[in-house]
Amino acid sequence: MAERCAVVGVGQTLLRSKRDDVSIPGLVREAAKAALADAGVGWDDIDAVVIGKAPDMFEGTMMPELSLAPALGAVGKPMFRVHTAGSVGGSTALVAAHLVAAGIHERVLTVAYEKQSDSDAMWALSVPQPFSAPLLAGAGGYFAPHIRAYMRRSGAPEHIGRIVAVKDRLNALKNPYAHLHLPDIDLKMVEESVMLWDPLRYLEACPSSDGAAAMVLASEGALGSPAFPPAWVHGMAMRSEPTMFAGRDQVSPRAGRECVADVFGQAGVTRPREQIDVAEVYVPFSWYEPMWLENLGFAEPGEGWKLTESGATAMDGDIPWNCSGGVLSSNPIGASGMLRFLEAAMQVRGQAGEHQIDGARLALGHAYGGGSQFFAMWVVGAAKP
Amino acid sequence: MSAPARRPVAVVSFAQARNVRREASRNEVELLMPVVSEVFAAIGASKDDMGFICSGSTDYLVGGPFSFVTALDAVGVWPPRAESHVEMDGAFALYEAWVLMQEGAIDAALVYSFGRSSPGDVTEILALQLDPYVTAPLWPSPVALAALQAQALIDAGEATEEELAEVAARNRSAARANPNAQVVSDASPEELLADEYVVAPLRRHALPPITDGAAAIVLAAGEKAREWRERPAWITGIDHRIETHALGCRDLTRSPSTALAAERAGLFEGPPVDLAEVHAPFAHQELIVRRALELGDAVTVNPSGGALAANPVMSAGLIRIGEAAARIWAAESERAVAHATSGPCLQQNLVCVLDASDGAVVGGGA
Repeated sequence: MAERCAVVGVGQTLLRSKRDDVSIPGLVREAAKAALADAGVGWDDIDAVVIGKAPDMFEGTMMPELSLAPALGAVGKPMFRVHTAGSVGGSTALVAAHLVAAGIHERVLTVAYEKQSDSDAMWALSVPQPFSAPLLAGAGGYFAPHIRAYMRRSGAPEHIGRIVAVKDRLNALKNPYAHLHLPDIDLKMVEESVMLWDPLRYLEACPSSDGAAAMVLASEGALGSPAFPPAWVHGMAMRSEPTMFAGRDQVSPRAGRECVADVFGQAGVTRPREQIDVAEVYVPFSWYEPMWLENLGFAEPGEGWKLTESGATAMDGDIPWNCSGGVLSSNPIGASGMLRFLEAAMQVRGQAGEHQIDGARLALGHAYGGGSQFFAMWVVGAAKP
Repeated sequence: MSAPARRPVAVVSFAQARNVRREASRNEVELLMPVVSEVFAAIGASKDDMGFICSGSTDYLVGGPFSFVTALDAVGVWPPRAESHVEMDGAFALYEAWVLMQEGAIDAALVYSFGRSSPGDVTEILALQLDPYVTAPLWPSPVALAALQAQALIDAGEATEEELAEVAARNRSAARANPNAQVVSDASPEELLADEYVVAPLRRHALPPITDGAAAIVLAAGEKAREWRERPAWITGIDHRIETHALGCRDLTRSPSTALAAERAGLFEGPPVDLAEVHAPFAHQELIVRRALELGDAVTVNPSGGALAANPVMSAGLIRIGEAAARIWAAESERAVAHATSGPCLQQNLVCVLDASDGAVVGGGA
């Protein structure tokens, strides 16, 4: 990339099932103000605003960036709206980072949000389309067969998903922003929760959350005096592939493998399990941890579940995944990808509080969307690239 | 302040669907695909040459979520590609591609957009763009909001109903030369003034048509651009700005965001433009944008007929860039400006300066 780019401010709202104490402008402004305060800058210091969210129908407003411009201090500035399905929070951060990397702007505010309680995402996902098979099962119903395929392919035993469900919720207890705080969770509680989409049980699925995330991205000459050291962008990439065609590997999509190869190539990562200190990876359903461990090259094909089972991805393991509690603990859809990118930055800045991995220097942020066909990733580090 | 030098990137190919009131037998994908084929065929390029793909569309026209996904599936991203989508006019998708190309790693990009306004009631749909707490529940139509703006302009003594008719007559007459135009007419301004009011002071002729359409552009950098197009239309500056959403807080007779974007895009530096493609869905908005762009009488405005001749929502802005670029390829223009708008009463505006020469590429940024 042409210019160096760093995260100098992060902000997120309390992630809850209903944020009926704020409007949508109030929600995004809460995250943005926190990010500005963390960066030690004011609204006037921001050159442009890049905002992302999942489908407009989730709240029932069309192109909401138009009405959100004043709440985000964007009046008189460029305001840009990204929508790339579930990966959008990550893609939005990348579009903002490219504005800095390309030398267009010095300091960009990027924001992502979802206020799921304002509408019904399940309905919005299931609007009948002419000549298309109706998908009335929600995202879990779409992904459950892919999980079954993974289990058959890898020989993974049934309890692996439950390990992830417990681990991420215990991590969430260390994150005051997380939506789900389930102090009593254990394998038995997950196993006894209701079956939603075989093999996924209720507690193996993400919640439906309201929330927003924001970051201030800056060029090397505009770092200012942030509260914590900058998180430098070492690599970033997006990849997409078609939804379905004969022979497509939906368990370990090629777009995911090529996206991570691009990002790791830029960041000089050749042995991810050794070199990446901590990862925030989009795991909305428990089984996606072992699946993405393989897709992202942290484990050989068929071996991801063994890493999960060994405890390697727990906070005290050698490759902690989703110390924040991840998507399994908070899912404001449009913001979920940005939260992964943001939490990765928090780790290398040393500002993650109780869920901080001591000495984290290099972190991966990952988001995916659609039918596992859209990917956005970045690697951020404490050292200047 | 002086803007830093930019990497020369040019518009080298452009295609659009024939704009029609209703595509009765083709869905969005079927409308788009021939356009994508044409934009590659025109320069002998293929999808494999594209380092990036970016599209603009909105779910609310289709009435279903993820409408960009089926289009992308049809365009075909296999092997996997770097790709992105904006819930904005395709002109903004072009901006995203241009930004990425500035970093130097990508030499060519495909940009496309599509939208069919015919399946739903576009006036009701666009009301959902408004602030959802106070304004949208009143369901004001975009025509009613535009009429408030037109009346403000007339009350300020800066336009007359006769001038609106002149704008409409000139655009629709120019559209005679545009094989993709939807509404063409040789009616004189005097004849148009016999129209009934739709919402006073706007008569039928001052309104855009309802259009189904799609468009695509290929951007290329440096030598790649010269290889594909003998006389590329170099983007010497591009910028966009937004205003507040609250109509009561705006001077609707002015477009400060257009003026600022134009300044940042370097429009007011260097030689004056000889041609402009302005995205003004309502006749009076052309007058506002012309003023913001400081276009003199010598400038040819909207030789395509503009949005008054065809207004495919989500593509009309991208088409302005394509139409302006095509005039530069044909040596009918040396320097041109294209403009795209979004939101009620020109809330958000993009300005793109195109030049037959790739010298002095400036603009963008703060």
